Amino acid sequence: MSDTAGTGTVKTGLPRKNINEVVSAGIRRRYAAERRFRAYGLAAIGFAIFALTTLLVTIVGTGYSAFTQTMLELEITLYPQDIDPEGNRDPKVLSTANYQALVRQSLRDLFPEVTTRQERRRLNGLVSDGATFQVRRAVLDDPSIIGQRISILVPMSDDIDQFMKGHISAEVPESDRRVSDQEIAWLERLQDRNLVHRTFNWTFFTSGDSREPELAGIWGALVGSLLTMSVTLALAFPLAVATAIYLEEFAPKNRWTDLIEVNINNLAAVPSIVFGLLGLAVFLNFFGLPRSAPLVGGMVLALMTLPTIIIAARASIKAVPPWIREAALGLGASRMQVVFQHTLPLAMPGILTGTIIGMAQALGETAPLLMIGMIAFIVDIPQGVTDPATVLPVQVFLWSDAPERAFVERTSAAIMVLLSFLIVMNAFAIYLRKRFERRW
Amino acid sequence: MQLANSENAAKDGVGMPEKTGNLTTESKAGRTPMVVARDVDVFYGDKQALFGIDMDILPNEVTALIGPSGCGKSTFLRCLNRMNDVIEGCRVEGRISVDGQDIFDRALDVVHLRARVGMVFQKPNPFPKSVFDNVAYGPKIHGLSSSKDELEEIVMTSLEKAGLIEEVKDRLHQPGTGLSGGQQQRLCIARAIAIQPEVILMDEPCSALDPIATAKIEELIDELRENYTIVIVTHNMQQAARVSQRTAFFHLGKLLEFGDTDQIFTNPSVERTRDYITGRFG
Ligand SMILES: Nc1ncnc2c1ncn2[C@@H]1O[C@H](COP(=O)(O)OP(=O)(O)OP(=O)(O)O)[C@@H](O)[C@H]1O
Ligand SMILES: [Mg+2]
Repeated sequence: MSDTAGTGTVKTGLPRKNINEVVSAGIRRRYAAERRFRAYGLAAIGFAIFALTTLLVTIVGTGYSAFTQTMLELEITLYPQDIDPEGNRDPKVLSTANYQALVRQSLRDLFPEVTTRQERRRLNGLVSDGATFQVRRAVLDDPSIIGQRISILVPMSDDIDQFMKGHISAEVPESDRRVSDQEIAWLERLQDRNLVHRTFNWTFFTSGDSREPELAGIWGALVGSLLTMSVTLALAFPLAVATAIYLEEFAPKNRWTDLIEVNINNLAAVPSIVFGLLGLAVFLNFFGLPRSAPLVGGMVLALMTLPTIIIAARASIKAVPPWIREAALGLGASRMQVVFQHTLPLAMPGILTGTIIGMAQALGETAPLLMIGMIAFIVDIPQGVTDPATVLPVQVFLWSDAPERAFVERTSAAIMVLLSFLIVMNAFAIYLRKRFERRW
Repeated sequence: MQLANSENAAKDGVGMPEKTGNLTTESKAGRTPMVVARDVDVFYGDKQALFGIDMDILPNEVTALIGPSGCGKSTFLRCLNRMNDVIEGCRVEGRISVDGQDIFDRALDVVHLRARVGMVFQKPNPFPKSVFDNVAYGPKIHGLSSSKDELEEIVMTSLEKAGLIEEVKDRLHQPGTGLSGGQQQRLCIARAIAIQPEVILMDEPCSALDPIATAKIEELIDELRENYTIVIVTHNMQQAARVSQRTAFFHLGKLLEFGDTDQIFTNPSVERTRDYITGRFG
């Protein structure tokens, strides 16, 4: 180097000074490119955050009010002659008693001046049909209250609830409003007497779907989702892991396995509705499995999730360093032992991460489930995988289509629940990845 | 993998013992060789990596394999416990026997072979498990111990023989990957000897280690010689000279010279060996 410095040239014959200039000019350009690249990156992230925040703010903004419900405190006298004329507290008799009349009587007691049939009907409309069930449940839970005068919180109708939450404005002309001036006047008198309360909307989390928004909940859809996901997991996970192990560790590398590999990758790109059509044709029409059942939904989603898990599992099996296998083989372990004692445990965090991501995808999937009838209006909570059910995203879809104003906030609230599940699942995937991350 | 042993044998019409007689390296002491390789060819796909290797490896000796990079030392070593089986497209022809048993014999399960011919790799490769579990793995899968105490004894003696016991006796249940490179390599040796193999193959066991760790392992190899037959690949001429009794010089897939280490290092009969040992090529 010293003699090149002396002559001012390097072996290529170029003057040394020149090289320095070229390099420093290049460096400036490289740094500029780097700065530009970083700016693009920041802009992209900024945009993503903006979009995400807008989405979240919109959803939470419309949805949060669904977590509360306007309730009316009613004083109800439980006349024994109405509920249990024979007095033997037979549950059958108790559950068929006319509680609606009791609720209506209690309302009439509040507003004695209401006499006309039409007005009475309006007055009865202040509280939800659910009020009747509430009273019945109270009696069935504790028959000893019969004969007493009890104070009970019953849900008010969805329109009143929406009015109280400010979603229906009193400014609008009466003809365009779902709540009449008279109803508003009644409501004000009730408020003056401090009978109107806003409580946490337990119903939303504990009941199934309903035509009445104030009685509708996501529990049915949630159970449906859980049942469907269980079926999906039970089918997809073992199948996918077995496939991945076979392809990575045992299959010979030839044209057939190449073909299989290409097809698995293609399968991952098939639109989900196609799997729905397949499910309809094969599982329902050919095998005659029940419609709208989590069993079939889970099977369809398993088909959809399989390639995702296979690809993730193969990648993480491949990532297990070959010298682990060599070490075990060198000690005389059989190939099965190598797979189950070394490769699989080391690949498991990656496989689980892929599985969770696949399951999260499946949890949010709607289209294929529509094809197999999981879009039906189902009030009852499904008790097993063959009961008719719906799932969270389909519930969102159903509610978003409903005309009642009160379903708007419930749609958003259901989305919030769905998103929280997805966030929890993804967080768990990240946790697994971090917790079991290995540097070889 | 395709085997052509029986064909070869039939063609040659020569039994193994007779052929041994032709070799210059016939066991002087009259000991029966532990490993006998005859006319071993290895192919990776179409490419031939080893050409007609004949070698007798004597028990309780250290045999060093030396030669320039890519000459097929590792390939030969991996033939001896059939680790080449797992390499796609690798084909071994010829005959190899360990302790008198043909290793390509259909009746011999490769698992048994590998239990008898242990291997220590170039890069220390402990399992990501505890020190104890690393050593206990082999005995466990082969069912060498009938009780927990017995297993513990095997592990402890193996660690002791590998000269590691002092350093790890307080951290038996910490991950083996947390040890230093030299300790890891000795752990791998302990793991290999825990199943009491007859032969231990070592592929450049010290190449990732500093001189002090290397010295420890060399010392260990010398001690292990008492109970085991050791084949070691090394690029370090001094190491070969220090630890081995016999040395094999490979070049371009052929075994050019094989003989007593003293003789090879002081008075090699082949010109190329001399050049390689003195550092003129390779
Ligand atoms: N898996 C493989 N596939 C194809 N060719 C291989 C494979 N392994 C080794 N070879 C070839 O076989 C020949 C011998 O390789 P080998 O690893 O035995 O050499 P070596 O003597 O151990 O070299 P080094 O001292 O560098 O480790 C080389 O030409 C190499 O390219
Ligand atoms: Mg090598």
